[in-house]
Amino acid sequence: MKEFDLIIVGVGGQGAITASDIIGKAAVRQGLPVQASETHGMAQRGGSVINHVRLDCKYGSLIPEGRADAILGLEPVEALRAIEFLSPDGVVVINTNPVLPISVLSGSSKYPEVETILTQLRSRCKQLVAIDAESLAIEAGHPLTSNVVMIGALSNYLPLDVRSFEESISKIVPPKTVAVNLSAFRLGRKQVE
Amino acid sequence: MEQDNIRYLLGNHAIAQAIIDSAVDVVAGYPGTPSSEIIEHLGLLKPECHVEWSVNEKVALEVAIGSSWSGGRSVATMKHVGLNVASDPLMTLAYTGVKGGLIIISADDPGCHSSQNEQDNRRYAQFALIPCLDPATPQEAYDMVSFAFEFSEKFETPILLRPTTRICHGKSDIHLKEPTATTHEIQFEKRPDQWVMLPSRARVRHKLLIEKQTEIAKALELSPWNKLDIIEGAQLGIIASGVAFAYTKEAIEKLGVKASLLKISTYPPHVGLIKQMLDSVKQVLIIEEMEPIVEETVRSISGINIEIHGKDIIPRNGELDLTIVEAAIAKIAGLDHDPYIPEQTSIELPIRPPVMCPGCPHRATYIAMKKSFGKDAVFPGDIGCYTLGVQLGTMDTCLCMGASITTASGIYHAGETKPICCSIGDSTFLHTGIPGLLNAVYNKADITVAILDNRTTAMTGHQPNPSMGQNVLGDTTYAVSLEEMAKACGVEFVKTTDPFDIKKTIEIFKQAKEHKGVSVVISKQECIITARRRGQRLGLFAVDTDKCTGCKTCIKIGCPAIEFKESGTKGKSYINSFCVGCGVCAQVCPFEAIKEVSD
Repeated sequence: MKEFDLIIVGVGGQGAITASDIIGKAAVRQGLPVQASETHGMAQRGGSVINHVRLDCKYGSLIPEGRADAILGLEPVEALRAIEFLSPDGVVVINTNPVLPISVLSGSSKYPEVETILTQLRSRCKQLVAIDAESLAIEAGHPLTSNVVMIGALSNYLPLDVRSFEESISKIVPPKTVAVNLSAFRLGRKQVE
Repeated sequence: MEQDNIRYLLGNHAIAQAIIDSAVDVVAGYPGTPSSEIIEHLGLLKPECHVEWSVNEKVALEVAIGSSWSGGRSVATMKHVGLNVASDPLMTLAYTGVKGGLIIISADDPGCHSSQNEQDNRRYAQFALIPCLDPATPQEAYDMVSFAFEFSEKFETPILLRPTTRICHGKSDIHLKEPTATTHEIQFEKRPDQWVMLPSRARVRHKLLIEKQTEIAKALELSPWNKLDIIEGAQLGIIASGVAFAYTKEAIEKLGVKASLLKISTYPPHVGLIKQMLDSVKQVLIIEEMEPIVEETVRSISGINIEIHGKDIIPRNGELDLTIVEAAIAKIAGLDHDPYIPEQTSIELPIRPPVMCPGCPHRATYIAMKKSFGKDAVFPGDIGCYTLGVQLGTMDTCLCMGASITTASGIYHAGETKPICCSIGDSTFLHTGIPGLLNAVYNKADITVAILDNRTTAMTGHQPNPSMGQNVLGDTTYAVSLEEMAKACGVEFVKTTDPFDIKKTIEIFKQAKEHKGVSVVISKQECIITARRRGQRLGLFAVDTDKCTGCKTCIKIGCPAIEFKESGTKGKSYINSFCVGCGVCAQVCPFEAIKEVSD
């Protein structure tokens, strides 16, 4: 049994679709049936986005509340917003770098302290992996690879081989950026002991 | 190993692949979420057939009809509300029938993820008397395409393929089939009794259409898309349609309920299988998203000795999911059901609605519009990225494609005396805005029409349109002039402005406001996303904190690149790394505190 239900959340433009593509393609490479669902259209204009990815799944693409095995949060507030999907045994892998919504930028609402978000998440999951993906992406060679850093960290929990991820990344990212993305993946993967 | 015949595909890309594999001749459509990626993908694959972005859905369907009547296999794609625009040809097309297979793909959007309503277009199939296929998975959507062409040709009927958002924007491992279709002879054959719907012939064709229904229903009953599993001794029967079937199957297994299960994926619904189900159980639950179409059929043929549930417990609005379906089945089956749902967080999370991008030219247009017309003016609107102008107070209405100019006219004719300035995008203007403009001039409305020309169809993913001089394949074609188009409608005041020049744009809007009659202001500046993809890089801006008084004028324009930070008694504005250098904030700052930085 390799069933695994994953929620990927972030902000439109952060690369949530690329993240689910890399995972989905890696799963298909290993012969697993996959059902995924993506946010396209209007919400992509800087709004909250949520993707469902269900590995070894023979049903529909939507993960029910309380049953996701993991949440991949590309943004802290968005991870907490999606917490209702997580199972009590679930894992949360989050990027600790906030993207401030317009209401916060304009001073009309407040962005919670990242530490407060982490505490809230910790009390609702079995394991929390908090990563400064931006710094690691820069270390890997390009700030835009932070979503691949995040996949690297998450990969420790998914029922998929490293080779499948690496092949999938090589096929999906622009050819010139394969090397930097692969080092971003490996750097992310090392964040979990 | 990902094999050649198994690929991880978006539902819409799978549909596009199936269209190519069916040796189609003509594909036409208008962009609209969740349908856009079908034609977009075909444009990239550059198949041998004719592919086009048409100017609207009615045009797209009629192009497909012409091709079909000439023997060509044809497809028209659109979002659900697009079929409203195409409903005129649709209703009579059912009478005439087709020659080459014709599939109308209507991508429905339960839950209004990216739409102004969530209408259920299975109703259109019922209304027009054409068959409808409602896929439960992306794989099924792929498989249904070749079936639909053959069915359409055999019964000379158009057929509606109705994937929903979860199918179109779902991704899964798609098992591709070997293409078997071959090209066919194209020849427009004169068939006046069939193609010319004079009243005398329409009466005959309508009768034939009704007679054909029995035959069509029988053939659909033999199709592989409906499936009945009778469980020996089960008292409960569940009938589920389309994508709701996937949730139902999972719910039955997770709950461990003993129930017979009928899957319905073709319309009109399979009466034979429904009867078999009704004969074997005491209780039936019908699970379908949106309208009670299967339920109406079930109720029309059931006896009195059976308990029927459907829309009394399954919502008629919004999207279904496993949580809703599981709760409904548990209730009917009399199970204790208290699923674990994590406690919501007690801290308040800032909302994150979609916003106009940093450097979006629409923001600049709206700043100038509001300055010239005053905040109390009436601002009717339309459908596109610029609908987000609601955040700036310049979007007072949004109804359907092209409705800005027409509702503005109606507001004026009713006797509203405030100035009226409506907004419409370039692609929307060409879609259904032109008749409204013509009508406004003809009937002497006194309104200003702002055409927000960002040189693309942005919201749906930057598809080309007829004013861009480029088609779906990226080939050069005639670029229609919006200015000349407006003049041809009889508009005397037509002026074009660059919205990034705020002062000039304010001046032009003021002149338009003073002009008696219809005035058109074309606010022309490329979408920042396409401009940056082309490599455009402008000088960036920064706030001189010594000059910033914390007045928040720049904050009010709602740009994600401008932040307000409290410091001591007074806060100040800062420009963050999202800045793309449009310079609009610098122009609105009353204290000249925002300056371009040299590198």
